[in-house]
Amino acid sequence: MQQTNLLSLIIFAPLFGALINWLIGRRVRHERFIGLVACAAVGVSTIVAFYLAFKSDGALRTTQPVMDHLWTWVQVGGFRADFGLAMDRLSGVYALFITFVGFLIHVFATGYMHGDRGYYRFFAYLNLFMFAMLTLILADNLLLMFVGWEGVGLCSYLLIGFYLDKEEAAPAAKKAFIANRVGDWGFVLGILLLFWITSHAGAPSISFFDKAGVTSALATVAGMPVDGFGWGAIFAGGLTSVAFLLFIGATGKSAQIPLFVWLPDAMAGPTPVSALIHAATMVTAGVYMVVRCSVIFTHAPTAMFVVAIIGAATALFAATIGLAQNDIKKVLAYSTISQLGYMFMACGVGAFVAAIFHVMTHAFFKAQLFLGSGSVIHGMHHEQDMRRMGGLRKYMPVTWLTMCAGWLAICGVPIWAGFFSKDEILWKTWSGHMPGVPPGVNKALWFVGAVTALLTAVYMTRLMVMTFWGNERFVTQVDNLRPEDTHAQSKSQINNLRHMPHESPLSMTIPLIVLALLSTFGGLVGVPYALSSLTGGHPENYFERTLAPVASEVPETAGSTSEKPAELHWLSPAPQAIDGKPAVQPAEGSSRADAVPGQEEITQERLFTLISVLIALTGISIGWFMFQNQPLRQMPRLLENKYYVDEIYEATVIQPILVVSREGLWKIFDLGVIDGLVHGLGRTVVNFGKTVRYMQIGFVRVYAAIILAGAIIIVGYFAYNGAHALQFLTK
Amino acid sequence: MTPQLSWYLALSAVLFTIGAVGVLIKRNVISMFMCIELMLNAVNLTFVAFSSFFRDVSGQLFVFIVMTVAAAEAAVGLGIIITIFRNRESLDVDDASTLKL
Repeated sequence: MQQTNLLSLIIFAPLFGALINWLIGRRVRHERFIGLVACAAVGVSTIVAFYLAFKSDGALRTTQPVMDHLWTWVQVGGFRADFGLAMDRLSGVYALFITFVGFLIHVFATGYMHGDRGYYRFFAYLNLFMFAMLTLILADNLLLMFVGWEGVGLCSYLLIGFYLDKEEAAPAAKKAFIANRVGDWGFVLGILLLFWITSHAGAPSISFFDKAGVTSALATVAGMPVDGFGWGAIFAGGLTSVAFLLFIGATGKSAQIPLFVWLPDAMAGPTPVSALIHAATMVTAGVYMVVRCSVIFTHAPTAMFVVAIIGAATALFAATIGLAQNDIKKVLAYSTISQLGYMFMACGVGAFVAAIFHVMTHAFFKAQLFLGSGSVIHGMHHEQDMRRMGGLRKYMPVTWLTMCAGWLAICGVPIWAGFFSKDEILWKTWSGHMPGVPPGVNKALWFVGAVTALLTAVYMTRLMVMTFWGNERFVTQVDNLRPEDTHAQSKSQINNLRHMPHESPLSMTIPLIVLALLSTFGGLVGVPYALSSLTGGHPENYFERTLAPVASEVPETAGSTSEKPAELHWLSPAPQAIDGKPAVQPAEGSSRADAVPGQEEITQERLFTLISVLIALTGISIGWFMFQNQPLRQMPRLLENKYYVDEIYEATVIQPILVVSREGLWKIFDLGVIDGLVHGLGRTVVNFGKTVRYMQIGFVRVYAAIILAGAIIIVGYFAYNGAHALQFLTK
Repeated sequence: MTPQLSWYLALSAVLFTIGAVGVLIKRNVISMFMCIELMLNAVNLTFVAFSSFFRDVSGQLFVFIVMTVAAAEAAVGLGIIITIFRNRESLDVDDASTLKL
């Protein structure tokens, strides 16, 4: 194990930046200073993260995690949770793209937020978010991870509601916060249940790594038998329940069915926030958590199945909604939900590495697309409705070109980043197996994924066409805008329409260019063998090779014990006192990643790659021909209204809760029972006092009579019961 | 016919009852006070009677204590009575019903 305090610098540099901006920046109110502090703070994190990951014995080079034990946080009996950080290969990859993409978005935001009154506040929140997010991924136990988890939720809330004068911002922020609370409920219960299970196994722990005095919970779980497949297992209180509860947490944070409703509304925040928090980093925390706990999930085939189904359903569902949205950011929001669904589908079929790969490439191209849309919105003077855009490529050439890179990447056109990761997921979905589930399910999931890929290409093409091609609809007011769509825009909107769009300043275009390059070439780190072998050189999937050790493998059959030789290479035996032993520790370079697949399999994978490419191209051409001439084509009302999910939730969840709260809890329970108890107690005392008041009327002779009566009663008692009643005196 | 213990007890009970009833029905504070003394002395009589009957001197010791307490009580009580009389020009206890002077 390596112990280095540099690791804590990654999280504390942004915290420090947030403090400076909050305490000093608010007095100085100098945009240069504030932006410099915020970017420098994240820049320090980025440099340290890259150094720790890539130095000769860095996190990505060895199987030993880089650790930083700050202090022991909770110590109760044999249980210990530290405020400790650890960077292994998984958190290393995450830290790299979070800090780097985060840095670019910070730079972008210095231009985008120019002139905003809350400039210092924005960057303080943004830095605070980086602190929380990095704490989340670098935490070496679930408890500290939960601190980061809640921290990013708080920052998300603060930043969604950043525009204080925007009507829809505050309810959107509340919605995000509350939807996340529902998920956190599952997450906390999952942590508690995991603690309970490991306690029964003799090693109470919620840590991810072995350290001095701490046993890894994941290693304990790895030594347990695999749960059987069945719906009863979810409620049995075993590992399946843990995995299921943790997944509820993930659905909240990562906006999956049924808790996805907050993410589209979260677009009320500033666009850099949407890019950083609601596309690239925070919403992928759920995927991170699932992969981090992959041992638990592979021991719970039922939970895996649920994850895969929910992921696939969300992917398809959100993609169809994305087809019909007119707000440029809403399209991207539903696209994000859809892509997150892909990631969970990959997790569900056991392709954890592919999921992380897609998280990374998605961070590149979705951050690119969001920043590009931010650039468009900035250039259009805060116009978000695509129906009032069109023909922008003349006015914003850099934004257009860079967004093309993101567009091709998300559609899955070869060599762009999204192609490799999406293709990997689809292939792993087809070829993978889920224990206890008929193989047809994998094929069905693949089909859903393929349809989603097609839809993705269509709606992204629609977005590009509506924004950058066609006639310039911002010049004249569009006729067929329905009145309810116009009221959302500010009053000055009509005046702004007269301004011509303009290209964004350098501080915004440079991050766009960098992210476009990443979207274009970022996928080359994970070229699968089937494709890289075509060219002859470099037949190694660097990404999978790096990450394979941290992801657990799906056991062959459900209900089997983990005694099989295939798994022995990563099962840690008895908990050892060696510091920093990772939970899942294979030999350097897992056999899985190095193994050359059979020729037949390679051929099949190439075939599927070809199918993916065809799907992408078909989608793009459908989108192109449908919307090139008719960009304002009326989409189905059902999709435009998001399947009325918000209305259904309003009617089935929110209203019942409101009614029960108002009529039941408030009027009956609070007013009746609680107030009744308190008032009743008061009235009883008053009435009792009114009765006994008559004993205290001030007449001495009445007192004397009472004393006499008392004496007579006492004496009479003893006289009646005889001398033995007095025996207590002799005791 | 020598006096029996029961005679003394009967006399004592009669005296005590007279005292108790007197406290309850008398309005004059002096009379009430005297009735209290009567009750005390009825008890004293019981003590002495039992002391003589059981040949045990401790009963008579109690009597001395009771008489001492009675004397002290008389001193304090008379002081209160005089104060009440000075304030209210009355010795009727029912007039002193406001729990303050």
